Amino acid sequence: MTKLIFQTTVAAAALVLTAIAPSSAQTADPAGIVRKMHRAFFYQGDSFRARIKMTLTGASGSERLRELTMLRINMPPGGDQRYFMYFHAPGDVRRMAFLVYKYPARESDRWLFIPALNLVQRIAAKDSQSSFVGSDFTYEDVSGRDVEADEHKLSREEEHGGKPCYVIESVPRGAASYKRKVSWIDKATSLPLKEEYYDVQDQLFKEFSAGEIKEIDGVPTILKRTMKNLKTGHQTVVEFSEAKYRLALKPEEFSERALRNPPGSWIK
Amino acid sequence: MERAWILVVLFLAPCRSAWAGDLASGLGGLEWHGSVQVNYASRLGATGQGKPPSGDFLLGEERLQLQLSGAAPKGGAGYFVKADFFRDEADGRSDMDMREAYLSYAEGPWDLRAGRQIHTWGVGDLLFINDLFPKNYVALFSGRPMEYLKTGASSLKTSFYSDQASLDLVAIPFFEPDQLPTSQRFFIFDPFQQVANRTESRPRHDLGNTELAARLYRSILGFDAALYAYRGFFRTPSMEPDSMTAPSKLTMVYPRLSVYGASLQGNAAGGVLSLEAGCYDSRQDRAGSNPMIPNSQTRFLAGYQRSPWTDFTAGLQYYGEYMHRYDRYEASLPAGFPKQDRLRQLLTLRLTQLLKYQTWKLSLFSFWSPTDEDFYFIPEAAWRMTDELTATMGANIFGGARSTTFLGQLNRNDNLYLAMRYEF
Repeated sequence: MTKLIFQTTVAAAALVLTAIAPSSAQTADPAGIVRKMHRAFFYQGDSFRARIKMTLTGASGSERLRELTMLRINMPPGGDQRYFMYFHAPGDVRRMAFLVYKYPARESDRWLFIPALNLVQRIAAKDSQSSFVGSDFTYEDVSGRDVEADEHKLSREEEHGGKPCYVIESVPRGAASYKRKVSWIDKATSLPLKEEYYDVQDQLFKEFSAGEIKEIDGVPTILKRTMKNLKTGHQTVVEFSEAKYRLALKPEEFSERALRNPPGSWIK
Repeated sequence: MERAWILVVLFLAPCRSAWAGDLASGLGGLEWHGSVQVNYASRLGATGQGKPPSGDFLLGEERLQLQLSGAAPKGGAGYFVKADFFRDEADGRSDMDMREAYLSYAEGPWDLRAGRQIHTWGVGDLLFINDLFPKNYVALFSGRPMEYLKTGASSLKTSFYSDQASLDLVAIPFFEPDQLPTSQRFFIFDPFQQVANRTESRPRHDLGNTELAARLYRSILGFDAALYAYRGFFRTPSMEPDSMTAPSKLTMVYPRLSVYGASLQGNAAGGVLSLEAGCYDSRQDRAGSNPMIPNSQTRFLAGYQRSPWTDFTAGLQYYGEYMHRYDRYEASLPAGFPKQDRLRQLLTLRLTQLLKYQTWKLSLFSFWSPTDEDFYFIPEAAWRMTDELTATMGANIFGGARSTTFLGQLNRNDNLYLAMRYEF
């Protein structure tokens, strides 16, 4: 009897809460917010292509450049994705190509094409927290981290750069390069505007910030992003150009053929 | 003729900027790149008397590489040329090496590539079973960058792609041997040391001697699976003396060979697992009774690579060569010749650590054969000073219990190498 009363009370309270704040009740699930952010950040538009310029700046001000073309296709219904990257510069990686079959809950398949040897090589993919081409971004930062790998908590809601945001704190369930991560997720676009990474001593060591955001083919897209390592003073700025969604791509085209002999339309 | 070229260049040079656009589009969006490289290797330790003619240096070269490429504006057709111009002080020679020069065409599921090109397949790391394309071991042993391990072959490659399986077919009409250490630069084991009269007899450029190599591949349960076939020649020469008892003349021949094999590679246990095997059919000595021609063999390898921590990778391989007609080999081997084991085994270990935002790469590759009791280590440090300039320093260290085994014979060739390369 007491149980029944209790349940009714909870149900009534829930109803009242829903009536008062419908939006926050729908989105109060922090993992749901992060999932939505993933869709907006890593999964938009079924397929995607962009020319990417990465500028790596050392603490002393020395600059290095990476230029590549990235193509991505989603593999519904699950969260599988295929990525293809072709390097234009610098010289020692020119014409190299990189193919990734990404599975949300298990290790990716990765292949690298080395043009000087005409060699396609499979790469051990255990460490998704390795640096991506020597930049401050990790493989995870580039293609997304499994949402279930962290415990997410909505710590507050606040404005960032004039935009209302959810502030989510994510704590890894297993071993990771950070102890916790705080993300400012734009309520309107679900894009991450800022992320702070804290190390074991709970000191801020890495910071992500979104720069220019533009609508491309109707999709809000971060065209400029920065990852800054506060411990080493090293930072990487990534700029997208010629971005395009919903291309006429087929999953089968993300293959060894593309690595060895990429279609001209992909990499022009 | 030379003067005519100079005039053409002088005439074109001032027009270059004005015409560059037109010219580039006419040449299929011509892209040109290249590199300048200096590469030296010196012996470690005193070698004393009886040095090879190159003295204490295995390599002393400067090299210019030019790459030209382009593609038709509407896709489908393209070209690629990579040519090296170099001077090597170790033998006082200047030369040009056409590394690659090919035309390519793609139509539907077909790719066609004709010309001098580098072919690589198989899953071994510096161990090749089904990859029977020409290699330059001299480059590896004297500290030249890894790309020089493979040499181009004038060939026609046809590829067909489908969802069920894809096929590569390579035809090589002009035989090219592997480049192996010679007494010109290396201390090597030579069972016929006293015989100076030597000739090389390569397979003639006959249509019937065209080498054929095929690979059929597809994905099976997330693993890359492939079947291979090759029909051609051993690229390592066999020495044929005019007389076994009192040889006065040696002929270097390349016996006929067919190879059938398979490989499998994929993610397993947090790393990448590689398996490959090949059956070597020594067609000129199936009976195994000619001691100068390699016996038929089965070669196999198993490899495992993983990355236990950030920017560190470890790879381990086990490799074996099993002789099919060992009894005949033993019976026919002339007295005084070193005897091979029935099963030659090799273990390799590769460790790679990247540091400082991947601008430093420290690596160690090691071969060790428990059956031949010999080894080969390659420790190396590479520093990418800027995006354009890279400096590499390393060593080739050989050794073994006997001076007659493949790596053991190179014992006195330990060397330290330096390479600096500017890419543009």
